[in-house]
Amino acid sequence: MNLKISALEFVQQVQNGNISAEDFVAKTLERIQSIDDKLHAFLFVNEKAIDQARDIDKKIKSGSKVGACFGMPISIKDNMCIKDSKTTCASKMLENFVAPYDATVITKLKEQDAVFVGKVNLDEFAMGLTTEFSAFGSSKNPWNTEYVPGGSSGGSAVSVSAFECVASLGSDTGGSVRNPASFCSVVGYKPTYGLISRYGLISYSNSIEQIGPLTRTVKDTAFMLNIISGLDPNDNTTIDNKNEDYLSGIDSGIEGKKIGIIQEMVGEGTDPTVLSATKDAISKLENLGATCEDVSLDMVKYSVAAYYTITATEAGSNLARYDNLRYGYDFSVEGYEFNSYIAKARRNFGPEVKRRMIIGGFVPSAGHAGKYFLKAIKVKSKLTREINEAFKKFDLLIAPTVPILPFKIGEKINDPVSLFLIDINTVTANLTGKPSISVPFTISNGLPIGIQLLADSMNDKLLLQAAYALEQTITLQEVPI
Amino acid sequence: MTKIGLEIHCQLTNLKSKLFCSCKANYREFEINENICPICMGLPGSLPRLNQEAVKKATMIAMALNCTTPDKIAFFRKNYFYPDLPKNFQITQLNIYGETSIGGTGSIIVGDKKIRITRIQLEEDPGRLIYEGSSSKNLITLVDYNRAGTPLVEIVTEPDFENPKQVRDFVNILSDLLENLEVSDPGLDGAMRSDANVSIEGGNKVEIKNIGSFHDLEKAVHFEITRQESLNSRDIQIIQETRHWDDKRKITVSSRSKEEDLDYRYFLEGDIPWIIIDPKTKENLKSNMPESISSKKERYVSKYNIPTQVATVLSSDKFYSDLFEESHTEVTAKEIANIITTDLMGLIDTREKRKESKITATHLKDLADSIQSGKISRNSAKNALYEIVKTGKNLSKVMSELDLGNVSDESELLGIIKAVIFEELKAVEEAKSNPQTINYLVGKVMQKTKGKADPKLTLDLLKKQLK
Repeated sequence: MNLKISALEFVQQVQNGNISAEDFVAKTLERIQSIDDKLHAFLFVNEKAIDQARDIDKKIKSGSKVGACFGMPISIKDNMCIKDSKTTCASKMLENFVAPYDATVITKLKEQDAVFVGKVNLDEFAMGLTTEFSAFGSSKNPWNTEYVPGGSSGGSAVSVSAFECVASLGSDTGGSVRNPASFCSVVGYKPTYGLISRYGLISYSNSIEQIGPLTRTVKDTAFMLNIISGLDPNDNTTIDNKNEDYLSGIDSGIEGKKIGIIQEMVGEGTDPTVLSATKDAISKLENLGATCEDVSLDMVKYSVAAYYTITATEAGSNLARYDNLRYGYDFSVEGYEFNSYIAKARRNFGPEVKRRMIIGGFVPSAGHAGKYFLKAIKVKSKLTREINEAFKKFDLLIAPTVPILPFKIGEKINDPVSLFLIDINTVTANLTGKPSISVPFTISNGLPIGIQLLADSMNDKLLLQAAYALEQTITLQEVPI
Repeated sequence: MTKIGLEIHCQLTNLKSKLFCSCKANYREFEINENICPICMGLPGSLPRLNQEAVKKATMIAMALNCTTPDKIAFFRKNYFYPDLPKNFQITQLNIYGETSIGGTGSIIVGDKKIRITRIQLEEDPGRLIYEGSSSKNLITLVDYNRAGTPLVEIVTEPDFENPKQVRDFVNILSDLLENLEVSDPGLDGAMRSDANVSIEGGNKVEIKNIGSFHDLEKAVHFEITRQESLNSRDIQIIQETRHWDDKRKITVSSRSKEEDLDYRYFLEGDIPWIIIDPKTKENLKSNMPESISSKKERYVSKYNIPTQVATVLSSDKFYSDLFEESHTEVTAKEIANIITTDLMGLIDTREKRKESKITATHLKDLADSIQSGKISRNSAKNALYEIVKTGKNLSKVMSELDLGNVSDESELLGIIKAVIFEELKAVEEAKSNPQTINYLVGKVMQKTKGKADPKLTLDLLKKQLK
């Protein structure tokens, strides 16, 4: 059986009776079993997946109504709650936390008969861009297992890229879907802020992050978006997208569209191979009838600083609840005074989480907020104004997803600032709430390069049309694993 | 000069659900940690879901206290660690980045004093700590999260109070006002909790935290003023500090904590978008607000000619004014107002008695009708009321069971009158020469009938007999 098919092909083949969901899921689990030792995408696998797939097959056979996923095996980043399943955030703090409820995206996927094959790896609490900060060990890039897969949704990208599932859900706070998608050569999507409910996504920086799909094709992303987007009474920040169908008209093309090339994202510090890939992509888009022009977003130069200030502030608050009193890991509270217990209990956070929480305690504090946090908020609103101005002139913006190629595991882990700077091209979409996609574009010396497109808020459909058009111009190598 | 400022936390006990989830706002009927869910427990991944009704009710409170109401409100996070706080931050409101709290400046008149309101904010109540064991040894702190997330309105005043009595008068008025708005039952245990800032003679400000009831608030303020005065008289410096109200010993105790130094790292709660309260919504809320106590009072005086004193008492208590509204007609209004304020209020003068009481508007209506038609004397009506409150039986049943009906049968009454005339010959003579003294004889008839003689009929018959 061929596991190397897209989500839409899977649906078609199960519908046609060419394959059964049970067989496909079983083969997928076998593959995970055989290759995941090398990749470490999965933190744990769902033992009931085959049974669930079998039940869906029965439904299909009996002619009763079947959801749009038809038993599709999907992996979930382990910072989203699945009822009665462990949800660890790749942290020792939540090592034993079993979620008592489903995230909204999980509820929606269950309703459409998806099968969750397992929970996948991430940097602890989604803080990082390599998965090296996972408390349970780094994932490996399937294109070259000595290299990082990107992050924080590294497990999601690896599992999709290496055919350990058909699609995955990640979360993107500053590039955490798009970055690993670029490094592993899959499609990664960060929707307009509010398009997908965050209910059940464990918050890191709640005011800018979104859940997003990682898939093999742009159409698959549209398919996933159709299922998981929309207004949710459990998340007050969700937007009504009026049940938009992102698949319909996805092949509309981009003739006549205006595309701005973000100058601050193709300048100094961009790897020459990445730069030439970007130029290649631009000329392909022009060949399809789009016009591309330079555009400058001046605030981008402060965006990474603003991003880390805001995310640390929110993380310091969002992660404060992990005092181990109500849930967490095994460590008795007896005999401790409250504050000393918390201090001890929180030692189980890993180094990157600790670093950001310490920053998060400092930058918004009474004596320093003016110098740091409030300035960061100012940068955020100025950047938003700038990008809104740009979208008056352009339909889309383009830049490389990541300014550099994937690097080796361990290469940068001791240099947090240089790691932070890799986010330069992705954080703008989060700070401004705009939708953004990374499309796998080329492989350079065996390492993938992704191209990033951005659109204005709620122009997700247009963004997917453009990404689809670009995707049609390229033929990708198959992953060597 | 003594300066007192208050921060009053009022639970919106009449709401159905908590501020950010569908657990019950009325947590009191639950076993420990039964009224909880992933949201109010702050479980990983849960998000607050704002109770729109709470926003409306809090806006009404702001309006009733004559506060400005901004067009856009926002929520903020107040970050600090405490075991009763499931998320280790509280979702609350503040005005440091512009007027975003649900109520801005306002004021109400207390006696002849204007008390200024600084702001009103909507926030979530934390859980409840239960201590077991002694504080020196083996102290165990248990947490009950049933209360966590209950909608609270915090009312902050300017330091406009000068003495404990003004504080008491203010909280009485506030308590009546909240009840009248149908937002809260101030009598519920823990529904009204306050902090007070007290300073005397321009000295340092002392904050008293954690005063669990309005009753104790006055006491706490009184204690603190006395404490500060006694320090002053001995030339001991009053230090600026936070003290706690010890409700067992009824004293304030220095907290000796660094609470004053806490940096709450306030920032916008991103999980709750800005809420727009447009003029139309405000207009609707205003027009749907229950009639205010002062307007009720005015109506009682001007429309029914009820004495001001009675109208004041009647209008300020929602329980009684509701009974009045339901039972009265233009004709019986004054009678019913009297029954309520002179008799009923004395009969059910505690919360428990009020709860157990079986009285309904129909009872009051029947009573007033019967008094006015002479079927029952006021005196007997009092006895009937006592029985009604206890049993809830209808008036006619009570009257026949207790034989409370007026003696209005002419021949029966005549017999009694004749007996009185026979016994009181001297008084009869006097009455004949001086009609003013006839009341004495009426009184005698009343005595014989245990107050059940129809007074008008008695007088008529007596006059006839004396002719």
